[in-house]
Order: sequence, then structure tokens, then C-alpha cells
Amino acid sequence: MEAVTPPDPAISIRGLSLSFEQDGRRTDVLRALDLDIARGEFVALVGSSGVGKSTLLRVLMTLAQPTAGNVTIRPDPAAHTALAFVFQDARLLPWRRVLANVAFGLEKTDATRAERRVRALAALKLVGLEDLADRWPYQLSGGQRQRVSLARALAVDPSILLMDEPFSALDVATRETLQDELIRIRRETGKTILFVTHDIDEAVYLADRVVALGGKPGEVRAVRVIDAAHPRKRDAFQLAEIAQAIKADMTAEAAAAWDDWVI
Amino acid sequence: MRQKQLLLSALGLLAFVLVWELVPKLSLVSQSLLPAPSDLPAAFMREFRSGIWFEMVLLSLDHYLMGFAWGAGLGVIFGVLTGMYLNIEWALAWVVRLLRPIPNLAWAPFAIIWFGVDQAAAVFIISIGVFWIVFFAAQGAIRGVDRELIELADAFGFRSGPERLVKVLLPAATPGILVGLRTALGQAWMAVVAAELSGVSGLGSRMMQASSLLATDIVVVYMLTMAVLYGVMDAGFVFAQSRLMRWKP
Repeated sequence: MEAVTPPDPAISIRGLSLSFEQDGRRTDVLRALDLDIARGEFVALVGSSGVGKSTLLRVLMTLAQPTAGNVTIRPDPAAHTALAFVFQDARLLPWRRVLANVAFGLEKTDATRAERRVRALAALKLVGLEDLADRWPYQLSGGQRQRVSLARALAVDPSILLMDEPFSALDVATRETLQDELIRIRRETGKTILFVTHDIDEAVYLADRVVALGGKPGEVRAVRVIDAAHPRKRDAFQLAEIAQAIKADMTAEAAAAWDDWVI
Repeated sequence: MRQKQLLLSALGLLAFVLVWELVPKLSLVSQSLLPAPSDLPAAFMREFRSGIWFEMVLLSLDHYLMGFAWGAGLGVIFGVLTGMYLNIEWALAWVVRLLRPIPNLAWAPFAIIWFGVDQAAAVFIISIGVFWIVFFAAQGAIRGVDRELIELADAFGFRSGPERLVKVLLPAATPGILVGLRTALGQAWMAVVAAELSGVSGLGSRMMQASSLLATDIVVVYMLTMAVLYGVMDAGFVFAQSRLMRWKP
């Protein structure tokens, strides 16, 4: 279960702890977390709700400050375009047409209007929605919105994509389509992806490595490498076995957590 | 459905005018107290031919538009600032509570002292009424912007106040601010009359002159003039609003 440092980590997390105080009580969210993610790697982060998965993403985006430890992002943590975020809800700006939504992050760069348009269109094409560039968000289906949200993240050409349960609000058919799209986009772009989900089957289907967080405060409880090649079969025995193992890791951990309550 | 709607609203208006016509004509009320609609065109033509009507409309429109622009502009600026920054809101909270309940007209003596019996005095009085409506609408609209959209702006690197304002806060608050502006659009016409009672020339002062001479038909001509001006502006506003809000389903 020890994290093995890959030769060229895109993200290095060392001894990361985060706690906050509320009404004079201290709540620890994450404790002494170590995690390395290799360049081009697809890591899925699983764990029950409240275990600090989303908080970890927020720390990576510098939206939250860690209490201790440090995070190194290469090549350049200062460049905001090193990382791009996909939220659980598509979170499109309703007053912008699809193309302008995709170009949102580009407005922070020094790209000209024409360049922004070209790059936004390219990103939209990558998710297969170039025909809907002139639509308003309210005219899209849930799946289309999430594709636009993905295109918005891809448009800034980040080296790392952070995805916070991006498919959990979609129906099964749409979710599976988007999972396959993500695998294709990752193959075409070579992005490093950190993907938070509570769906272990989804994690096992998509990722190169699944990291299970557990406990309160959250710690890394299990790391499983999935070395099956893509395209994977959803009902492959090997994947089911790994998913079972991860579930077992987490149930054991949950049982241990209950033991803490025995006086 | 739409035809029925048009028909009913036309019938309602017609019935209203008919009752209005009959009440003075049947001498239920003296004609000097309530002029009949059929007497109004003649009264209007008298005012129009003398050129007074046009002059008064232009003067009042000038007060109205200037007062609206000042009040709305400052209202949006202060509303947005207090909506965005709690410190500013706290600093101004009791100043607002002190000034807010003062009726527009109570400012009239000061307006006259500061600006004289002049256009500026009327503009000042009108702008106060507009200011409060737009101020509270803008503050509420900014305060009500979805936190998640602000988080989105943060995630894509728009973290300074001005960046957040332009990228997310202002567009998201626009529907709420527009509601305030529309309310103020009507409020400002009432303020025009009030402001011109202090002697500044315009529709309001002309109405006062006419009413002191018991020329009630002239008073009604100006009441209707104001209603038409307001109606045209409100319709124009609603049209502009629907253009701006095309992104709403």
C-alpha cells in the first residue's frame, strides 16, 4: 500500500493534512496524505462521502489551503492552465452560448478573440458537439452539458484534468457513453487525470490506478493498479475481481471505523 | 386564447371609458369636478397648439431621464459594492437606515437651496427615489448569485474582485437588477410630478397650475400624457429586457 514514486510525477502530495475550526471545534478532513500521480496517468480516487476527496481536489486547485504538507505540480504550478476542473454538475454559465462557455477559461489567457474561438471550437469538436456551438445551455440535455463542461476544461489545454464525480448525476446509458468518450479523449490528448468518484465499478473501468481513501480524517487506505488494456469490457471478470477487492478494503475499513465506537 | 385575451382587455378598457363618460354626462358628478373623456381632445388641442404641451413634455422627459440615469447608475454601483464586500455594507448599514425612510419630497427644500428652482433640483429629487429601488435590487441580486458560479470563476483563475464581477456576478445579477430598474421606471414618473411641484417647470407644475384654476380637463390631459409616456417606456424596457434575457428558457 506504500505509494511508489513514479519517475516523472505530475502531482506529488506529501504529508498533506487539512483541518478547519468551526464553533471552536477542530475537524480534521485529511491526515498525512501521500500520493504521486505520474504524467499521463489516470488515477481514480474512491471513498465514501465526507472522506475528503473533493477537499483534496480543492487543495490541488488552491481553492483550499492545507494545514500541513505540500503539493507539487509539474511543470508549472503557477500557471493556472496547468490544471482544469470538471464539476459534478456541468455548471455552465446560462447567459453564455455553448461556444462562449467553452471559451470561458481561455479569457484568462492572452489568446486573442479569434484564437479563443478556434481553440474553443477544437475542444467542442473533441467532445463531439461542434454542431451545438450556438445553443444556449438550457437547450442541452444533461449529457450534452457535461460534455460542454469537459470541453471547457480541455480548451485551456491543461496538463492535468481534475474531475469531481463528473458523471454521477447522469443516467446509466449517458454515463457509459461519456466514460468511453473520456477514455478516447485521454488517448488522443495524453492528459493526466485525477478522477473522483464513489462508484467503484466506474473507477475500475476507467483508471490505471484506483486509490481508496478512508477514515475520518481521510487517509489512503488502499491502492490498486488496474493493468487491463483499453478497450476494457465492463463485465470482465478481472475488473469485477479488482472492484470486489477494493470494496473489501473499504468494508474492512468501515468495520474498523465502527470498532472505534466500542467502549 | 390570444384573441380572447386581446378582446377582453379591449372590452375592459372600453367599459372603463364608457362609465367615465357617463358619470359626468348624466350629471352624477359635476363636469367641473370630473371632465368627460369626450371633452379631452379639445383640451389637448388647446394645450398642443399653444406649444405648451410639447415644451412641458420635453422638460419633464429631461428631468425624468437625467434623474433616472443618475439614480440608476449610482444605485447599481453602490448596490454592487455593498453586495460584493461585506465591509462596505457594514460601513454603510446605518447610513442607509438613516437616509432610506426620508420621503423624496422632504428633500425638496434642500434641493431648492442647493440647486435653486432649477432643472437640477428636479433631477436630484427624482434620482433619490430611483436610487433606493435600484440600490436594494442590485445588492440583493449580487448577494443572491449562486456560490457555485463564483467557485467556477475561482477554478478558472478569475479570482480578483473585478474579474469575478465581470465574468460571473454582473451577468448573473442582471435579471434581478432589471426588475429593480423596471420598478424604478414607474416610480420615477411619480417623482417627476412631486419634484415639479416645487416650482420647476414641467408636466407636474403645469398640472398644478391647471388644478388651481379648476381646469380639470387640462389636469387629465397631463395625467394621460404621463400614462402614455410611461407605457411607451415600459413597453420599450420589456422589449429590451427580453432581448437581454434570451438565455432564459
